[in-house]
Amino acid sequence: MTKVTLTVNGRAMSGECEDRTLLVHFIREKLGLTGTHVGCDTTQCGACVVHMDGHSVKSCSILAVQASGSTITTIEGLAGQGELHPVQAAFKEHHGLQCGFCTPGMVMTAVDLINREGGTLTEETVRAGLEGNICRCTGYHNIVKAILAADAEMATGRQAAE
Amino acid sequence: MGVEGIGARVTRKEDKRFLTGKGRYTDDMTVPGMKYAYFVRSPYGHAKIRNIDATAAKAMPGVIDVLDGKQLQADGIGNLICGWMIHSKDGTPMKMGAWHPLAVDTVRYVGDAIAIVVADSSGEARDAAEAVVIDYEQLPTVVEAVAALAPGAPQIHPEAPGNLIFDWQIGESDAVDKAIAAAAHVTEIEILNNRLSPNPMEPRATLGIYDTAEDHYTCYTTSQNPHVARLVMSAFYNVAPENKLRVIAPDVGGGFGSKIYIYPEEIICLWASKKTGVPVKWTSDRTEAFLTDAHGRDHVSKVKMAFDANNRITALKVDTIANLGAYMSLFSSAVPTYLYATLLSGQYAIPAIHANVRTVYTNTVPVDAYRGAGRPEATYLLERTMETAARELGVSPAELRRTNFIRTFPYQTPVIMNYDAGDYEASLNAAMQAADWNGFAARRTQSEAKGKKRGIGMSCYIEACGIAPSAAVGSLGAGVGLWESAEVRVNAVGTIEVLTGSHSHGQGHETTFAQLVAGRLGVPIESINIVHGDTDKVQMGMGTYGSRSGAVGMSAVVKALDKVEAKAKKIAAHLMEASEEDIVIENGELKVAGTDKSVPWFQVALASYTAHNLPSGMEPGLKETAFYDPSNFTFPAGCYIAEVEIDPDTGETDIVQFVAADDFGNIINPMIVEGQVHGGIAQGVGQALLENVQYDANGQLLTASYMDYAMPRADDLPSFTLSHQNTPCPSNPLGIKGCGEAGAIGSPPALINAITDAIGHNKLTMPATPMKVWQALQTAH
Amino acid sequence: MYATSYHRASSVEDAVRLKSANEEGKYLSGGMTLISTMKQRLAAPSDLIDLRHIPTLRGISIDGRKVTIGAATPHADVAASRELAAICPAICKLAGHIGDPHVRHMGTIGGSIANNDPAADYPAGLLGLGATIVTDRRSLSADDFFTGLFETALEEGEMVTSVTFEAPEKAGYAKFNNPASRFAMTGVFAAKTAGGIRVAVTGAGASGVFRHPGFEQALASNWSADALSNVAVDASNLMADMHANAEYRANLVKVMAKRAVASAG
Repeated sequence: MTKVTLTVNGRAMSGECEDRTLLVHFIREKLGLTGTHVGCDTTQCGACVVHMDGHSVKSCSILAVQASGSTITTIEGLAGQGELHPVQAAFKEHHGLQCGFCTPGMVMTAVDLINREGGTLTEETVRAGLEGNICRCTGYHNIVKAILAADAEMATGRQAAE
Repeated sequence: MGVEGIGARVTRKEDKRFLTGKGRYTDDMTVPGMKYAYFVRSPYGHAKIRNIDATAAKAMPGVIDVLDGKQLQADGIGNLICGWMIHSKDGTPMKMGAWHPLAVDTVRYVGDAIAIVVADSSGEARDAAEAVVIDYEQLPTVVEAVAALAPGAPQIHPEAPGNLIFDWQIGESDAVDKAIAAAAHVTEIEILNNRLSPNPMEPRATLGIYDTAEDHYTCYTTSQNPHVARLVMSAFYNVAPENKLRVIAPDVGGGFGSKIYIYPEEIICLWASKKTGVPVKWTSDRTEAFLTDAHGRDHVSKVKMAFDANNRITALKVDTIANLGAYMSLFSSAVPTYLYATLLSGQYAIPAIHANVRTVYTNTVPVDAYRGAGRPEATYLLERTMETAARELGVSPAELRRTNFIRTFPYQTPVIMNYDAGDYEASLNAAMQAADWNGFAARRTQSEAKGKKRGIGMSCYIEACGIAPSAAVGSLGAGVGLWESAEVRVNAVGTIEVLTGSHSHGQGHETTFAQLVAGRLGVPIESINIVHGDTDKVQMGMGTYGSRSGAVGMSAVVKALDKVEAKAKKIAAHLMEASEEDIVIENGELKVAGTDKSVPWFQVALASYTAHNLPSGMEPGLKETAFYDPSNFTFPAGCYIAEVEIDPDTGETDIVQFVAADDFGNIINPMIVEGQVHGGIAQGVGQALLENVQYDANGQLLTASYMDYAMPRADDLPSFTLSHQNTPCPSNPLGIKGCGEAGAIGSPPALINAITDAIGHNKLTMPATPMKVWQALQTAH
Repeated sequence: MYATSYHRASSVEDAVRLKSANEEGKYLSGGMTLISTMKQRLAAPSDLIDLRHIPTLRGISIDGRKVTIGAATPHADVAASRELAAICPAICKLAGHIGDPHVRHMGTIGGSIANNDPAADYPAGLLGLGATIVTDRRSLSADDFFTGLFETALEEGEMVTSVTFEAPEKAGYAKFNNPASRFAMTGVFAAKTAGGIRVAVTGAGASGVFRHPGFEQALASNWSADALSNVAVDASNLMADMHANAEYRANLVKVMAKRAVASAG
């Protein structure tokens, strides 16, 4: 067993695990943050996406020991208690989720996409940016709408702040 | 239309928990002492089990026990069954082979469960599973239905000689043959409906908990119908009596049919919990899901459609072979029969129809209902045939359809169904207008200038939803009734709980069911909670599939609400010394019509519970239960148009527009209905362009992960253009028809009609992959 | 995943020492292929030596037209490098279409080429550029480095530390994705380099990435997509699977080659 230390959603957390433990299982089972999901075994569906040191990663394809020392944001830590991040709010407003299983990964992906390409997103670039996330319920139509709306909303917010 | 009532675009009450990671799915559940299961599964498509040696596995670190099928059988756990009896045309009952939850002497598909390992961690369970030594005698395999019927094919079950499960028919064979002989034109076509894996994003999971002190079982499971699961596990599998078995389906991450069935793992984890004395959790990985979740479709059909000199259809003859896999899953027999052949009239007045259906065992995972279940197969067959006929007859596809539309209702088809309402031309016109059908020629010219091939195709679908009148389905062989139950529980402060036997796994019932109540009573939607998915909370229910939650589940809520309102009116009339008939319920108040007298809703609720001043003889409380049994199916219908642009160099298809015009009857929440259509179309696009389950000749699944099974992704799809035409359903109180499956039903033929139009070559099977389209283009010239 | 032991290397020397102490171990870079393979129990290294935290292995440096990319540089960094895009946009485009955004944040150029998946993009890029692969002990030309399906010239314990190449006069990359995995079903990198015309094909060859002499000759006399129209692609050495038979792949090789040249300008 190896000790893994992470800063998760702003809090220092640590736990013991086998070296073969995946980051997603460490987050779900050791830290009790079950919002991050596992939907495939081949690094494709994106239900497990979290942010590691500020970038979106697939937590099902990283060992917890590999991540030790890093800063992790999961869906639970995206907004303050009881609040919604603008991307979460846009998913609700535009019905960008149905069963909710892919949703945490989709939202974390959308936030990363807006962080990288915010203000320049188009339907085409949003669809390309969702290449690593599979949703079986929505046909992506409303997810794309929600991300474009959140991008516009956040761009307005950035302008107002300047 | 109120802001929160029926017809309002209300955002979903359930969203916040899903958006903040607070959803609670089965794999999120942990209980003290819980251990992990891993299943030993057959690596062969067909083999005898000579011996199972778990000695080494049991000695591995962390292992609690390894249990096999003989132990399960010795404990009296029963075989899995198919719950819908079909008789062959010679009168003999379907030939159901034994399906042991854990194989005892024979395995019949790759993935067939053989033993369960329970260990401290899932990794240790899997390590030990690899150490279970099984001595197999391999047997010959057959994976395709047509091949399984051929003389000399490997025999899969002793109960079903020649692998034939049943040979069933519907309609008038003689009349059809006569019409074909007399026809001015006969269109003949062979139709393949490709095999699909449902792939809800949440893999199946189950947590079995046995309580020694109470001799009681709790089963958390990924189910679309927890009550049916309890009923079947209790009545047929002898897991436990119903009062000793609680089934909870918490948040469920999509189903699409695949989570209707009671699978071996649920039964085995409950049994293993008792055997080992620890709670046992199993979570499928995606490869296990591909190997063991029931697949969908997989039909091969020969079709003849006869026309008179005026292009009117005079007869339809269909001969279908359906692959049911290695065992008969719970509703497998109903899918290629009563959910398929009864829809072969489509939107058309066809005087004579005959369908013959043979179902077949193969060494593949069981096949059962997947989104649409039988109706996509019927629609694809009919709409590909209509398109082909239009091309052969030299008329436009729209004209051929208009010529043959049913225009008066009710309409009795020759294949059981009685259509109650519809306006097919309205949807056709709306779709053609939205797609700018008339401007297509100009767009094609533009595409040609870029070196691209452009095509347009339509599909006019009908389906039967609101499943289903219990007596009718009982007479057709169903083992259960298909009503729904509801309970409306008004609390003393006026807030409301609605308990429903429907189950939401993405459909948004917590919002739409609340909208119904909010609209009826004029109370805020926040004051209404929807309770579902737990057999200890909800009295009984038949679950969610077949687009039935609105038409059947909500109708039960309406009936319970009727009773609640009637009692509330009596109380209000008593409190205001008015006549019961004069009381109206509006904006959260009970008013005396035509006066300014009123009492607020909460006060009536409170009065019912204080019981200080109730009408003489009235029981306290305000809580009512109702069962609703539909009197007919509902018949959503519509027209879909796909327009594609094909790159002739690579064969790649780009969907440049997709238009859906649907008649779902009345709509509770347009936002949610649109979402259902989007998702359905995406699955239909998946079937038409991307998805295909493939086994090799030895029964090895070649498409066992997302590396090889092509799921639709965001950049495979366009945004969709939707519209609704509304002819209310006359058979249920809300006029709802259902919207869950339409998208998956209507879209595949529209796409294949468009692609074949673009490439000028009609022989193309689904999925129309770039390679297949490119190959078709090479032979088209 | 089978049990394994994790080690985090602090330097190249440390990594090589750890590897030699654990013969059944493997170097772990971004892990985007290795961890997946281990999850499916298709690989079972006793030890993993993590290279991601060795500072000298990460980064892109440009000296005139000479480019050096550290082995542990993630695809996302290559895709987003403006300095690199100014002299060799084709390699940025290639990196920007590997896997998906999340994979590009973790996966590295060294990991990709050391694995040499027959459907990976970088092998085509580096072979097409005529790059040099630098290891802890020597330098190898791309022509010598890629030796077959999942096979390279790397010796036991040898690790890639960087790749270097001269920015080409022109280069383009075009790929056609496998509809399921999104790996290259065929990807072609075409470059006009100081050392001549080079065309490398990934995703299609039965023995992994390969150069296409027919295309190279045709382009040497006429750098244009049209020059490739009459060049034959031999299907006999191409992969065939359920997604694409060899004949279709042969077609894709030519179509993608033309598009690569067209995109190079």
